[in-house]
Amino acid sequence: MNQTGGRVLEGKHFMLGNHAVVEGALAAGCDFFAGYPITPANEISERMASRMPEVGGRFVQGEDELFSIFALSGASLAGAKAMTATASAGFNYMQEGLGYAVAAEIPLVVVDVQRCRGENYATQADVMQMRWGASGDHEMIVLAPSSVQELFDLTVRAFNLAERYRTPVIIMSETTIALMRENLTIPGADDIEVVHRVTPSVPREEFLPFAAPVDGTPPFAVLGTGYRVLHSLNPHDERGSISWDPDVFKTMYERILGKITRNRDDIVETEAVLLEDAEIVVVAYGSTSRPALEAVYRAREKGIRAGLLRLITVWPVPDREIAAAAENARVVLSVEMNVGKYSGEVERCVAGRCPVKRVTKNRGEIHTSEEVLAAIEGVTR
Amino acid sequence: MSVDLVRSYLRDRSLPHFFCPGCGAAQVLNYFVRAADNVGLDFDRLVAIGGVGCTARIPVYLDADALHGIHGRTLAWATGIKLHNPELEVVIFAGDGDIAAIGGNHLIHAARRNLNVTVIVVNNLNFGMTGGQVAPTTPAHLKTMTTPYGNVEPPFDLCELAETAGATFVSRWTTATARQGIRALEGALKHEGFSLVEFVAQCPTNFGRRALRSGDPVDGVRWIADHSVARSKSGGAEDKTSEDALFVLGDFVNKRRPVFQGSSLLDTERRSA
Repeated sequence: MNQTGGRVLEGKHFMLGNHAVVEGALAAGCDFFAGYPITPANEISERMASRMPEVGGRFVQGEDELFSIFALSGASLAGAKAMTATASAGFNYMQEGLGYAVAAEIPLVVVDVQRCRGENYATQADVMQMRWGASGDHEMIVLAPSSVQELFDLTVRAFNLAERYRTPVIIMSETTIALMRENLTIPGADDIEVVHRVTPSVPREEFLPFAAPVDGTPPFAVLGTGYRVLHSLNPHDERGSISWDPDVFKTMYERILGKITRNRDDIVETEAVLLEDAEIVVVAYGSTSRPALEAVYRAREKGIRAGLLRLITVWPVPDREIAAAAENARVVLSVEMNVGKYSGEVERCVAGRCPVKRVTKNRGEIHTSEEVLAAIEGVTR
Repeated sequence: MSVDLVRSYLRDRSLPHFFCPGCGAAQVLNYFVRAADNVGLDFDRLVAIGGVGCTARIPVYLDADALHGIHGRTLAWATGIKLHNPELEVVIFAGDGDIAAIGGNHLIHAARRNLNVTVIVVNNLNFGMTGGQVAPTTPAHLKTMTTPYGNVEPPFDLCELAETAGATFVSRWTTATARQGIRALEGALKHEGFSLVEFVAQCPTNFGRRALRSGDPVDGVRWIADHSVARSKSGGAEDKTSEDALFVLGDFVNKRRPVFQGSSLLDTERRSA
């Protein structure tokens, strides 16, 4: 393990995906990590345990995943930039804490390195749990890296979004990319945008801890700074007082959900490859976008007008981007490594503009480009 | 509680509180405010934490930063807070369901680590808020909502559990022993390390009516007092097996050992240097 002591390891690396997440977090200012052992996320904890003390942060290995997610909330309320990493079975336990973090508007970052077959086999099966796992009303920001470079880049972005919108952000990692080594370029610290939460600018008497414009995020009063705020899961008004008034409940959730939905243009990110004239549009996210991309290129070599819409933000759904890509398409192929979950969202967004064909694989193995190409050719005939 | 204490330490817009008439949790809120006042606790540095339940509501009434509303995870929150900012004074208010049932795992590990926080347990011997179900602290044979033929399980002794797990300050008193209880709270607030003060408390509405066949809070307090024995007289844990002595009262542990500062060794070395 390198012991450089620096927060930003500027330069070129050949790095493990799980380690790139750690370096992205540190570059974004992460200074608190809590985790519980689980494969295939262990390399994140391992490197955090070594790197956190070097940058003056805190590392803790807790008694379970519930500890992890709530320790994150506590640390973040005390002013930390906090992260945990787990894998599907451990991610189950964190839903309660994610729900609390949404309702109490606490920035934090969770990495779910998805696995299946009870071990570290490849899958994208948690894509719905990431969005809908917590009880109650919530929006969830979920980013889907597809390479080691993106595991770094999107971890930085995850922290920035969490800080900007006071909300949990999930990094949808996968066995495939987490346990892969690839080239990684880490920019200099000055070239990495780092966002910090806004803190109150008025004295306590004038401060309303949960007041904000309907499309905005309230300033964040760090614990112990004299603002004496109640952070409750229960419905609360602008002062933070618990209230069972149905109007208070409705207003609170409209604002908490609205700060995500109304800012979707800032949050949603996609990549379009050869879509301009595409008759066959492949929609993919995460690691499956890699064989999907290769299949699109190979289809083009065969004279098939195929294109790829890669979803970098998976939630909120890039609905307008999917609809636009389908506008002039003959068919949309939804490629994902599970029984076909997000495909329902793709079908909803395509909304009958053209047929949607599901190209799913649920064997603990990533698609090959041949399989995606065969699907493209299958709808060409 | 005097008007001055209410004005100084309670969040005015949160009152009136929601406790039933005669509730023991409200008494413990009173005892805490007095102890905090006696030791000069700075409420700007206080983080009061409650999970879910009647006792968990206490932080809502304190004029301090507060976390509230998740069942059993109080010590996980507290660990994150204390590791990031050890200067904050973190006090957890937990019912017996919150700390001994759903949060039991966090309790033993926080005690083992000697996390530098204070846990105040209001042990009303049942799940009061949800209607009076049996708890891990309900004495054997007593009737509750979910043990209509009597409780068949032996109860946890929370103080023994905390001591065994590694807590460095442990006391048990009751709502009937205000003076000793306030003194124990003062000691816990001043203590460096994991402190737990348990108050055996009456729950007239649910425990009282079912287990004691009386919803009168005075009957509840009297029953607790009648089943309590001071530590000095008890001579040890064996006495508790007798029918009458369900609760041994006293200050059990007060010792020092290094407080938890994170799992990383380099981290600990740097911070204690």
